[in-house]
Amino acid sequence: MEMIKVRDVKKEFGELGVLKGISFSLHEGEVLSIIGPSGSGKSTLLRCLTQLERIDGGSIEVCDDVMATTDDEGNVRYSDPKTLQTIRLKLGLVFQSFNLFPHMSVLRNIVEAQTHVLKRSKEEATEVARTLLAKMGLGEKEKVYPCHLSGGQQQRVSIARALALNPTVLCFDEPTSALDPELTQEILKVIKELAREKMTMIVVTHEMNFARDISDRVIFMDDGLIVEEGSPQELFVNPKNERTKRFLQRYEQ
Amino acid sequence: MSNLLSLMLQGTYTSLKIFFLTLIFSLPLGLLVAKGRMSKNRFISTTVNVYIMIMRGTPLILQLIFVYFAPYYLFGASYDRFTAVIVGFVINYAAYFAEIYRGGIQSIEVGQYEAAHVLGFSKLHTFTHIVFPQVIKRILPSLGNEVITLIKDTALAQTIGVAELFRVAQNAAARQFSTTPIFIAGVFYFVMNAIVSRSFDHIEKKLDYYH
Repeated sequence: MEMIKVRDVKKEFGELGVLKGISFSLHEGEVLSIIGPSGSGKSTLLRCLTQLERIDGGSIEVCDDVMATTDDEGNVRYSDPKTLQTIRLKLGLVFQSFNLFPHMSVLRNIVEAQTHVLKRSKEEATEVARTLLAKMGLGEKEKVYPCHLSGGQQQRVSIARALALNPTVLCFDEPTSALDPELTQEILKVIKELAREKMTMIVVTHEMNFARDISDRVIFMDDGLIVEEGSPQELFVNPKNERTKRFLQRYEQ
Repeated sequence: MSNLLSLMLQGTYTSLKIFFLTLIFSLPLGLLVAKGRMSKNRFISTTVNVYIMIMRGTPLILQLIFVYFAPYYLFGASYDRFTAVIVGFVINYAAYFAEIYRGGIQSIEVGQYEAAHVLGFSKLHTFTHIVFPQVIKRILPSLGNEVITLIKDTALAQTIGVAELFRVAQNAAARQFSTTPIFIAGVFYFVMNAIVSRSFDHIEKKLDYYH
């Protein structure tokens, strides 16, 4: 089943075209990695999916709900707020810079959206949060405030926070770019574990080995376009496009 | 002497009434003004900006006189002096508080809004539960400064004939041919501000559980 359908999505910042017509789909249980040089539009694409940016053309569908379409005259039409909220909750997002709420304890960071958005009872939300924290290896930390955690621990809390809303798809926007190499490994381990559980995921990353290991499919983006798409084997071992080859060579050095 | 003290306590009571009423109205109003100042609507933001410029750009003493006498000269209407004092103080302090709030609100990282948005929080909930608690912590020192100034500014209420602490002290000084009542008033202000500043220290410590 197709979880996300993206057709010819365009995004401009002023005169600058950041996405110049992106199309792809994501299937249930699939792990899709998006790689490419800085400024290629990877993060912007993720931000369009999670409604942090509005698209300027094309269409996005999430689990049969239409987020936005473009008519023949090029006018983008977003769905009603209720549908958009439904879609928003189906897509979890883990940020590069964690973005935990610093004035809330670890537990409350994970409980807050469950009680206020999903209207779960406090008991139920707390139980969900504790289960997730235990899974993230942070069972002892529920009363702690984010400022007392390492970057890796903060990122694990933010993964738990996203998972608490039972998203259909979990998106990662360079989840390890703000971390030391050793802390990077602990996050990659968590994502690998989620992949093993068949969580549907989109991962924007600069960790090529990681992308090769966990992905079912890899997209290489450059200059606002999908240059090449395929299995990790195809893309990393036998890249067809010159630009892909050059990009990967730079990483091998 | 006991008569003097009881007069001065009455004056202090008036000063404290001005102080608390000003805070009660201007703290929320300031937030509204800050929101207006940051409005995307050009008309609203410009209007609010002009208001803030006038409030910060002219003496409070002049504003008090204007608030009390303008309705009389314009419409022949007069009203209670004490009410005029409160109105004058509230619209003046709301402007200062607004700028403090604005600084605080604008210092909150975009990521906080983005995380709240992705988690499905409404705009109102994002502001009341995510942004505002963090703003309070950040603006507390500047807020403390302003509140201490307010204690001392209450002395300006006498300009339009409200007998607060300083006026009472001046009257007593004139009657007794002695400056002692004025120095006693000074001690009163000092004690009030010591309490204010201790209270702010206390709140700052309470909010010290994160950074």
